Amino acid sequence: MSLLADKTQGPVLVGAHTDSGAAFVPDQSRAERKRSYAVADFTVPNGREEDWRFTPVDRLRPLFEVGPDDRDGVTVTADTPDGVTVSHGTPGSVGLGVGIPADRASAVAWESASVMTSLAVAPGAAPAEPAVLRVTGHDKARLNGHLAISAGAHSRSVVVVAHAGSVRCGANVEIDVEDGAELTLVSVQEWDDDSLHVAQHDARIGRDASLRHIVVTLGGAIVRISTNVLYSGTGGSFEGLGVYFADAGQHLEHRLFVDHEPPNCRSDVAYKGALQGDGAHTVWVGDVLIRASAGGTNTYELNRNLVLTDGARADSVPNLEIETGQIEGAGHASATGRFDDEQLFYLQARGIPEDTARRLVVRGFFASIVQRIGVPEIVERIMAAIDRELGATPQTEADG
Amino acid sequence: MSTLEISGLHVSVEVEDGSKEILRGVDLTVRSGETHAIMGPNGSGKSTLAYSLAGHPRYRVTSGSVTLDGEDVLAMSVDERARAGLFLAMQYPVEVPGVTVSNFLRTAKTAIDGQSPKLRTWVKDVKGAMANLRMDPEFAERNVNEGFSGGEKKRHEILQMELLRPKIAILDETDSGLDVDALRIVSEGVNRVKATSDVGLLLITHYTRILRYITPDFVHVFVDGRIAEEGGPELADRLEDEGYDRFLTPA
Repeated sequence: MSLLADKTQGPVLVGAHTDSGAAFVPDQSRAERKRSYAVADFTVPNGREEDWRFTPVDRLRPLFEVGPDDRDGVTVTADTPDGVTVSHGTPGSVGLGVGIPADRASAVAWESASVMTSLAVAPGAAPAEPAVLRVTGHDKARLNGHLAISAGAHSRSVVVVAHAGSVRCGANVEIDVEDGAELTLVSVQEWDDDSLHVAQHDARIGRDASLRHIVVTLGGAIVRISTNVLYSGTGGSFEGLGVYFADAGQHLEHRLFVDHEPPNCRSDVAYKGALQGDGAHTVWVGDVLIRASAGGTNTYELNRNLVLTDGARADSVPNLEIETGQIEGAGHASATGRFDDEQLFYLQARGIPEDTARRLVVRGFFASIVQRIGVPEIVERIMAAIDRELGATPQTEADG
Repeated sequence: MSTLEISGLHVSVEVEDGSKEILRGVDLTVRSGETHAIMGPNGSGKSTLAYSLAGHPRYRVTSGSVTLDGEDVLAMSVDERARAGLFLAMQYPVEVPGVTVSNFLRTAKTAIDGQSPKLRTWVKDVKGAMANLRMDPEFAERNVNEGFSGGEKKRHEILQMELLRPKIAILDETDSGLDVDALRIVSEGVNRVKATSDVGLLLITHYTRILRYITPDFVHVFVDGRIAEEGGPELADRLEDEGYDRFLTPA
């Protein structure tokens, strides 16, 4: 069995590929889900809500109540090439005007944030180097993040946001990709094992603009990143790439909502995850809405999960809602499978020891996504981080 | 000089209602420099023999022994067998997404030799072997077996045999699914390895046509999980004329 096969074969499908209609229909359309700046508009989740049903909400309590930043516990540093500026100010009532909280944690972070960090790429700028923001927490410091990224018209840039350390972090990230701009945004989560991180990313993609949004989640006790994308003009393009690797006890959750309203835009989402160890849990939810006005839309979303050991659970839920037939293409694929023993046999039959063979296969599984990032230093960094994860790969029953 | 000695080999596979015996007492000795053809009808257990020797977990050895230069092959893991000098060219090579041919070959060579190959000579060796097999250089940057045609897969198997230099190589229906040109290229590759090393070959095939290009020293007819008849190359000619019918007719 190939892990890249379109249909899942093989033994495991843990709660994967649930069509929304069969499970629970909270609204007539994904578009009707509540949005508000006011914390009071969202009750504290109890885990039965459609958008919280996979999440261990009890462990996220601190992020559901308004509270001050622990300013001494978090450091933020920035490397900015020419053409990129970083400034710190107050969020104001609407921030950058792109995002609106869609759940309790996001509203809490919005209201609690005392500082908005703005990263702006000048119109027409094409910096040779990536801009890098490093966020590092200490001793479970509370951080109410508000990051506003704007890529000026016809600019071309790469922005990396690297997270590490120990935090309780709720965050909103607003991303404005103005007309004709090309932005690659990489968010890397290499938190310590005790960190909680719930973030909402809202992206607005201008006319003929493109956003490559890359999420790499390797560390943290609970990480939940919800990404919402809309287009403000025709010809916009969104490429959403993600890789995640959950070890024992980790909960890593990625949610995407791509809202196609103007015609002739495209979106392409591909997330791949590996899981190993008892209680490792990953969730991927990919919602795509093609509104009646969005003729000529081309969209595809894919999620693959590789379960390396028993006791891990991968949930994968793609949803496609189409209100017009006048589209170029729309599809989704989801598959969750165990490690392919035939691949292992083939590599071992060439003398390659089992642990090396496993590493090759898992690296290969991720490589197809990571290579698409196309920025060599980032590709190397991510593959090195994955190698570190694989260093801890436990041996399985195959040895016995 | 190396010797692969198979003695009284019985192998079963697990099926839905218990286990099914496929090999029922195989005795065979392959020495360096010798070419043995194993021929037989579908379902006679030829491929089971190949995969059992390589150590595929699906096949369970219930009795008998296999040694390579006196070492117990059956006690070795799959990768240990390969490092001891056994090579299996597979009938259905497996796709390994995201792993390039060049990375795979270098990793395998490093594992077999116990040290990484010297970069300059290695690159030259790979290029030369690929050119001999009429493989495009960009082949090295493709993912292992992913999207390969049938002929490309088989050439890639022989490429590995050329580069890894095994003591004993088992070619499992390497000829199946190849057109005449591809069969000739692949056979030339096998003959090159024979000419430049003292590899012992175990050539498993359903058809006699590959034996027009690779001359066997011994031909064994495999029926119902054991060797039913043995002879020289003339036995292959007789099979070509008569087929396997006389072995299948109950006595």
